[in-house]
Amino acid sequence: MTDKTPNTPEKVGTTGHEWDGIEELNNPLPRWWLWTFYACIIWGVGYTLAYPAWPLVERASTGLLGFSTRAEVAADIAAIDAQNAEVAARLASADLSALSVDDPAYHYGVAGGAAVFRANCSQCHGSGAAGVQAAGYPNLLDDDWLWGGTLADIEYTVRHGIRNETDFDARWSQMPAYGEFMEDLEIASVVEYVLSISGQDHDAAMLELGQTVFMDNCAACHGDAGMGDRTQGAPNLTDAIWLYGGTRDDITYTVENARFGVMPAWGQRLAEEDIKAVTLYLHQLGGGE
Amino acid sequence: MSDTSPPSLYAAREPIYPKTVDGKFRRLKWAIMAVTLGIYYVTPWIRWDRGPALPDQAVLVDLAHRRFYFFWIEIWPHEFYFVAGLLIMAGLGLFLFTSALGRVWCGYSCPQTVWTDLFMLVERRVEGDRNAQLRLAKSPLNLRKARLRLTKWTLWLLIAVATGGAWVFYFADAPTLAVDLATLNAPAVAYTTIAIMTAITFVFGGFMREQVCIYMCPWPRIQAAMMDDDTLTVGYREWRGEPRGRGKDRAASDDHDALGDCIDCNACVAVCPTGIDIRDGQQMACITCALCIDACDDIMAKIGKERGLIDYLALSDAPREREGTPPRPYWQHVFRLRTMIYTALWATFGALLVFALFIRADIDVTVAPIRNPQFVTMSDGSIRNAYDIRLRNKNGEDRPFRLQVAGDLSLRIDLEGTPYDQTDVTANETKLQRVYVVAPRFSDPAAAEATDIRFWIEDLVSGERVHADSVFNGRGQE
Repeated sequence: MTDKTPNTPEKVGTTGHEWDGIEELNNPLPRWWLWTFYACIIWGVGYTLAYPAWPLVERASTGLLGFSTRAEVAADIAAIDAQNAEVAARLASADLSALSVDDPAYHYGVAGGAAVFRANCSQCHGSGAAGVQAAGYPNLLDDDWLWGGTLADIEYTVRHGIRNETDFDARWSQMPAYGEFMEDLEIASVVEYVLSISGQDHDAAMLELGQTVFMDNCAACHGDAGMGDRTQGAPNLTDAIWLYGGTRDDITYTVENARFGVMPAWGQRLAEEDIKAVTLYLHQLGGGE
Repeated sequence: MSDTSPPSLYAAREPIYPKTVDGKFRRLKWAIMAVTLGIYYVTPWIRWDRGPALPDQAVLVDLAHRRFYFFWIEIWPHEFYFVAGLLIMAGLGLFLFTSALGRVWCGYSCPQTVWTDLFMLVERRVEGDRNAQLRLAKSPLNLRKARLRLTKWTLWLLIAVATGGAWVFYFADAPTLAVDLATLNAPAVAYTTIAIMTAITFVFGGFMREQVCIYMCPWPRIQAAMMDDDTLTVGYREWRGEPRGRGKDRAASDDHDALGDCIDCNACVAVCPTGIDIRDGQQMACITCALCIDACDDIMAKIGKERGLIDYLALSDAPREREGTPPRPYWQHVFRLRTMIYTALWATFGALLVFALFIRADIDVTVAPIRNPQFVTMSDGSIRNAYDIRLRNKNGEDRPFRLQVAGDLSLRIDLEGTPYDQTDVTANETKLQRVYVVAPRFSDPAAAEATDIRFWIEDLVSGERVHADSVFNGRGQE
């Protein structure tokens, strides 16, 4: 028969803790609890041998199982790449303008293009693709495109870049710096003329001279009406969007010094499906044509 | 204590062989067991027609599609507050019952108690009652013992498999899954879950039993905060029973009144599933299953004494009963300020949940303004803001939704990917629709820093309208 009487200090001893005459019995633990405790210790030792754990001089021990989170991530990425191989190949060979928005390749492209954009383009164009006005990095969200906003135009720009020296097919144009050979008055009056065609406050007295200067020097690229020319990347001067700022001072500086940016030829750096993907992504940001 | 030898580091579990008992509480417990087990096993098989697009299982936790179906109620992840509300009600309900009736949850409806009871029933059918089980435990291993043990464990295992099996039916279409399980076509996670639940049931119900209550469960630790002197709980009327004495002590004694009603027959101890002596007073290991009441009432009837030596009683009645006055009626213990407050809180939450359930719309919308950049200047000088609008269609069929914007008459709304102001949302799905709001160059919203706007979403079939507020950012002070 098991002992049913209560435990007493005489039977099990005390821990030596005593408060106001109340002593703490040194009751035994349940057996299953103790076994679990020992099992945990054994498990813990085995775990540190099986997995990377012990700090050594150069690096931690690698563990008998050779487990590595880094290798696991690499394997995960490889598995996802393999899973996407089919749709990626489909995107790489696709004619973008013929691609339906319900096509899985379209969704893959937009989602993947966002990642490509963040990794490669956001350094200049900003993480939200809004560009940087002060530095002349264009806003890609609006409806104004220097070199065209169709899928084919965007794909060409991404692939070959702008004014770089690595790709012969890069988009190329160069505005002269008129400050070197034009009178100050001529520059001031053409600036007033540009202000007038873009609907801003201007000095009407200078318009006549300004228009003459414009027609002689600027209209060849920007067009007689100042609407620009996409084949040459000449900006539209009549709208509300200015790559380098639309105030009198900004325009004067641009006329005197000429400003233009450079974009790398991503065709030399990115995979085919990445170029297509980032093109789809840019086109659906709100300004695609 | 240097004179005692060092105590053993562990104590083995002392086996408990509860004796069969009959009585009103035992019968009540059988009934509760039948009802709770019935609910558990049958619920997944109840059908509920929701139309062709939705599952027809009355109670279904659809993890893959993130839906919870409960008869006519369908809960989406963003409505999880309903589940939180139910948990609060369950908590308050537990407070209410514990403050009124002690650990009734533990004693009658806790799954650990119910399944342990079921396992003990099997054990008694196979091995016999307490004395037979004691003899069997002491006997050396022979053919009979091996046969009885194997039979018992097999029956336990069958119950455990049925328990683990029923669990997975709550997470998938029960008839389909049953066929898949039988033909070995079910997903691995189903088999794993069944295996784990089976192991838990088998070990908890067959072997760990009262140790789960005493060592693992937190509830016995916090019950003290829920109970007070007016709580009705299983107790021993020691003023009536003590000093206890067996028959031979009584025969030897001249004064029959010197001994109390307790004849120390140990019937209450023999039937206790947690192996305690209720006559020691309230204790943590007591799950208040009330079987000792049945056992003692039986003995009292046999020796011709009044029932209730062990009974549901409140501590606050003890002084009265010692003086010989009868205890206050049960209802006075149950209906008191504390339990009424718990009931009121419980009912308030319940009413709020029901109210929330009835006012929720069949369409739901959230608007996330795109704030990188805050606005875009278009070539005609107009200002454009972009918004990601999530439209949830909780109907069983595809619905067209019209989107409109209010806040300033000059604002125009453009839906990405469509020239129209409406978009179709698939049945029972969420659609992410990007929306542009454009303010003309010289309008107030274009010039202002921020303008409050409101999107109106109309279900073109039902005519139901909901709205969501947001802000339109303009050029501000330049």
